[in-house]
Amino acid sequence: MKRREFLILPAKTLGGYLLASTLAGESLFGQNAPKPEADVKIPLRFFTAQEAAVVSAMTERIFPTDASGAGAREAGVVIFIDRQLAGPYGHDKYRYTKGPWVESIPEHGYQGQANPRKIYRDGIAKLGDFTALSAANQDQALIAIERTTFFQMVRTHTLEGMFCDPLHGGNADMVGWRLIGYPGPVMAFRHEIEKYRGVPYPKVEPQSLEQMLGRKVPGWEDEPV
Amino acid sequence: MERLKPVDVVVIGGGFTGLLMAKELATRTSLSVVVLERGPDRKLLDYMDDMDEVDFSLRFRMMQNISEETVTHRHTTADRAVPVREWGHVRLGTGTGGSGEHWTGVANRYPEDTFVIKSAIKERFPAARIPENLSVQDWTVTWKDIEPYYTKVEELMGIGGKAGNLQGRKIPGGNMFEGPRSKEYPVRPHLQNYAMTVFEKAARELGYNPYINPAATLPADYTNPDGISRPACQYCSYCMLYGCMIGAKAQPTNLLLPILKQKKAFSLRNGCWVRRIVHRDGHAEGVEFMDEQGRECFQPASLVIQSSFTSGNVRSLLLSKIGTPYNPATGEGTLGRNFTHQMSGGGNAFLVYPTKMNAFMAAGGQGMAFSDFDGFNRLEPDAQILRGGTFTGGGGGGHPIASFGATPPGTTTRNWGSAWKQAAIEHNDRTGGGPGFSAEHLAYRQNFLDLDPTYTDKWGDPLLRTTIDWTDHERRMRDFSARISDQMAETMARVSGAKLYQRPAERTGRRSGRYQTASYATTHLHGGAIMSENPREGVVNTFLQHWDVPNLFVLGASAFPHAGPTNPTMTALSLTLRSADALIGRYFKNPGKLV
Repeated sequence: MKRREFLILPAKTLGGYLLASTLAGESLFGQNAPKPEADVKIPLRFFTAQEAAVVSAMTERIFPTDASGAGAREAGVVIFIDRQLAGPYGHDKYRYTKGPWVESIPEHGYQGQANPRKIYRDGIAKLGDFTALSAANQDQALIAIERTTFFQMVRTHTLEGMFCDPLHGGNADMVGWRLIGYPGPVMAFRHEIEKYRGVPYPKVEPQSLEQMLGRKVPGWEDEPV
Repeated sequence: MERLKPVDVVVIGGGFTGLLMAKELATRTSLSVVVLERGPDRKLLDYMDDMDEVDFSLRFRMMQNISEETVTHRHTTADRAVPVREWGHVRLGTGTGGSGEHWTGVANRYPEDTFVIKSAIKERFPAARIPENLSVQDWTVTWKDIEPYYTKVEELMGIGGKAGNLQGRKIPGGNMFEGPRSKEYPVRPHLQNYAMTVFEKAARELGYNPYINPAATLPADYTNPDGISRPACQYCSYCMLYGCMIGAKAQPTNLLLPILKQKKAFSLRNGCWVRRIVHRDGHAEGVEFMDEQGRECFQPASLVIQSSFTSGNVRSLLLSKIGTPYNPATGEGTLGRNFTHQMSGGGNAFLVYPTKMNAFMAAGGQGMAFSDFDGFNRLEPDAQILRGGTFTGGGGGGHPIASFGATPPGTTTRNWGSAWKQAAIEHNDRTGGGPGFSAEHLAYRQNFLDLDPTYTDKWGDPLLRTTIDWTDHERRMRDFSARISDQMAETMARVSGAKLYQRPAERTGRRSGRYQTASYATTHLHGGAIMSENPREGVVNTFLQHWDVPNLFVLGASAFPHAGPTNPTMTALSLTLRSADALIGRYFKNPGKLV
């Protein structure tokens, strides 16, 4: 049996205290949240620990933590990606995958046979010892692969993991939503839409779907493949 | 194969048209009706859990399982078709309610002369101006025929809007270019967001006649003539690609199912995949399908209603060998002919508004439009086009992932990294473009549907092959729309204080000029089993009855001889109600050909 791989992160890097506890598999509102200075061990579903480190480093160059605020690291983007790749999406369960596979024109989009899991695995392997590079050299390495399917996929997934509902493992503690003032899937704006016409909506504490409903909602990535 | 107990009516597909027909039959007759729906059951409560952009907007969780069936595409008969492997240019629904659950709720009527397109073009233009491969034809219905049904569908759904042409009286603030309406809309129009007020101001300044677009996402509480009460929309923005969790959006599950469920003679079976309509000597005997346990079944029925999506209807007829497949080389055959999508366009402007727009407060279908260029209105001779279209804007619905990342052209060299991140955060929820454009897609001889010779569905049945490309006429329509849109954008910038940029043309995604399947266009496919005056020109008659098989009716936009300028739902449902009246008023009394 394959040894279980973990992503080990200081709890404080991950959007803060509350979400670290969710990621460790405990309730959002539980009593046993780890201390901020403690490490959290996040079980990986697809990546090896080494692959996770490479992807994590990539996402941190794509959406860096900087003066403008939190980035892919705090949002836990790599955890989002790991879960997506482990689920139906990564396996192309809901893609038409019958052959023959033929190259076609750009108007027909991606016609390749490789599923996202393979695109990542091959792409990571080609990057070599990415985590050992300086940030500037990492940028150069990414610029060199900017037009590949792999890079564009990682970029897309980085934004997804940054701004998704936390139920998917990204946007930890809703750091992404705070960055852009998104209030979450709030149901009632009927009395706000004219009031805030041409006026920025006030900074509110965002609400996740779980907080809105008062219960956990499983993401599609949890569907058995 | 298991032979089931015969029923009076079997309906293939539990989407909007199929369930509307079922509701008419189940409430106005005592016939037994069974609906076979391929996808899962859907309920209001499911939609509460679905307010999630990743699963529903980006992974298309509510859509038909494309791994089981898709369509293929090629531009011309000289090309090789490839499958649409993931949802791109269209997104087909599934499950109870079909696409009527995840639709946006845009609820326009078609213009009066859309229904007599061929006559109108012939009268207006010298033969030399008309492309020789144009195959448009009149619809067999006129405005007078369809108007009462539009009114009924609007009352069924509680469409929110303002009349611009009430029995010939022109009213500013509504669509004055519409055909005369017999009644005002049943519900008031939507509330306006910031972007809509900017659009409206600019359009007025340019002398256009803007109106709040009619929508099926209730702007106010409403009880319809069937006694179904629904609450007003809360502007949550989880609309297109989502089911409405409070039932404000008109959906088959909230309008039709509550009535159908009370009828003993009605049943709906989910997980049932119809593969063939069985027929002999011009008579449909029933349908063969795979049931929820994967058993092959035969459902005998006296009347068969084919009511899948456009593509599903045509494919079902092709697989069942009903009618003569169209041959574009000879012009013979009717099945698959006049396949159309929808023309869209717009300009190259990029606007940065001085304020955040709160695009996360939005309703499906909420927006502004002007129809001053619809049809032949204000057609510029220099544009060299046969028809204009509707300009729209001001819609919100910004979800955090999809709306992130817009930065003014030239801001940063790449779309990742610190500089870009900072610019994207700064401009988030503050950017927009000029109006979009939506127009008729005229029918051409070379655009058609047939069965793919290579690719198959999960049962091994051939997929539907789409052969379609834009012509120079559509490309000229796009150029025309860009000019009007860019001019509007300039004015929008002036009235709002927004900063105006020009996007490089290749970045707008609309300029390659060829039909594409990779990114979203509209889920408005039309034609292939079109209505016609005679059996030589189409597949069904004006009551949507199959010309060759009188106890088979084919509902939906597959009957449209060409694509109208806006969204097809209201027209598809109006024709369904008209068909139901013909069935109930005439056919059941004396089953046979209605024309």
